[in-house]
Amino acid sequence: MALNRRKFVNSLLGIGGIGGLFTIIYPALSFLKPPKSAKPKVNSVKAGMASEFPSNSSKIIKFGRIPVLLVKSEEGNFIALSATCTHLDCIVQYREDTKQVWCACHNGIYDLRGRNVSGPPPRPLDVYNVKVVNDEIIITTQAG
Amino acid sequence: MFKNFSAKIEQWLDTRYEISKVKNFIKHKKVPVHKFSLFYYLGGLTLFLFIVQVITGILLLMYYKPGEDSAFESVQFIITEVNFGWLIRNIHSWSANLMIFFAFAHMFSVFFTRAYKKPRELTWVSGMILLALAMFFGFSGYLLPWNELAFFATKVGTDIASVVPFIGDSIKEVLRGGEDVTGATLSRFYGIHVAILPLITTIFLVIHLFFVQKQGMHEPESFEKLPEEKKLYTPFFPNFALKDALLWIIIFNVIIFLALIFPWELGVKADPFASAPAGIKPEWYFMFMFQTLKFIPSHVLFIEGEVLGIMAFGLAILIWIFIPFIKVKEKPNSKIQIMTIVGFIVASFIIIMTILGYMF
Repeated sequence: MALNRRKFVNSLLGIGGIGGLFTIIYPALSFLKPPKSAKPKVNSVKAGMASEFPSNSSKIIKFGRIPVLLVKSEEGNFIALSATCTHLDCIVQYREDTKQVWCACHNGIYDLRGRNVSGPPPRPLDVYNVKVVNDEIIITTQAG
Repeated sequence: MFKNFSAKIEQWLDTRYEISKVKNFIKHKKVPVHKFSLFYYLGGLTLFLFIVQVITGILLLMYYKPGEDSAFESVQFIITEVNFGWLIRNIHSWSANLMIFFAFAHMFSVFFTRAYKKPRELTWVSGMILLALAMFFGFSGYLLPWNELAFFATKVGTDIASVVPFIGDSIKEVLRGGEDVTGATLSRFYGIHVAILPLITTIFLVIHLFFVQKQGMHEPESFEKLPEEKKLYTPFFPNFALKDALLWIIIFNVIIFLALIFPWELGVKADPFASAPAGIKPEWYFMFMFQTLKFIPSHVLFIEGEVLGIMAFGLAILIWIFIPFIKVKEKPNSKIQIMTIVGFIVASFIIIMTILGYMF
């Protein structure tokens, strides 16, 4: 009987101990998870003058907090793709020699439609719309 | 006079803390002498380099300022303005690399002499934890100068964490301090590098050293089989300890030489809106994993190549850590054991992939 009482008190203590530990660990772990910061809602950005943009070249545009690769092809068409490689998050670049989008980190290659054509990238790059209004380049999300 | 005084202090301490027991232990500690005796120096050498890291790290702390707008500039200030700042930073970088190199060498020497076997299973496990901590030290310290190479290495390294099933994305977010690698990541890596990792490493280091002292030096099987009168030993103190000290001095000179002749470049400041530069590479000790990930195609059957590669590495590392607990039938009279072949395959894989990484 005495032993049973001891067992009972011990398990109460054990449960209390685990509960106590949880009240310490849970806030500490939650503290480590960064709070969600409000993302600036960006639907379109201006990316400079079309006439000043040389053919067969590219630049990275800040689309809110997202890097977007804007390319002017040899034919003079504008293409905008997400600049974040779908493999391991590096930022891609346009290769003027091969006319392809290349990721230097793991040698991933995409075509100018954003499709992953060789190397490790598992998915295509997101495509953005590009309009030229009064010589000004405007990039918008596919949703508009 | 001095001798008398020190004897008195010793006696005073002995009556209170029984230090003669420690003295006795050191006096009787011995190191076996055989053809692999050189391997015994590798662990001590790694420890010495860790001490160099702690001292130079504390010195760098005095000037380093974490932050997107201050980290790169403060390292630049250290190497251009602070007295001997360039030297301290170069020693810290070179010593870090050599520490990991000798930790790897120590690990393989233990593996090939099968010193991880009973009763030293936990010494192996604690050593593997220390190696993982050393690599995490390297990874977190790499970001601190906030240069282009470090920025992309951290982007890739933290993105790898998201592959872990269920909790991967949370781990990535906790490591980065947000969705992307930003100044918040730098603050976290700084905290990890200068506070969390030193604390955990010190705990495991004490455990590891306690195990080694408790069980004594491992004797290889060929040495164990010798008749007692043919077994040669050298006293740990002063013979072995002095040789150890001599080696530490030599290595320290090598580091100084490397720091003078091959200074560590600071590179270009990180820009989160710039493309990854051509020829980007991680630290050499991550190269074999980096190169393997390059070789795996985007999809293998229905699994993404990257997921498959990282999971395979994770599994292989787990098996390697728990290798002392895996029962393998050994051929009693065979010179080459299965585990030796496994070790050669692992070492060759690491070496070949590292070389390929630097070639392509």
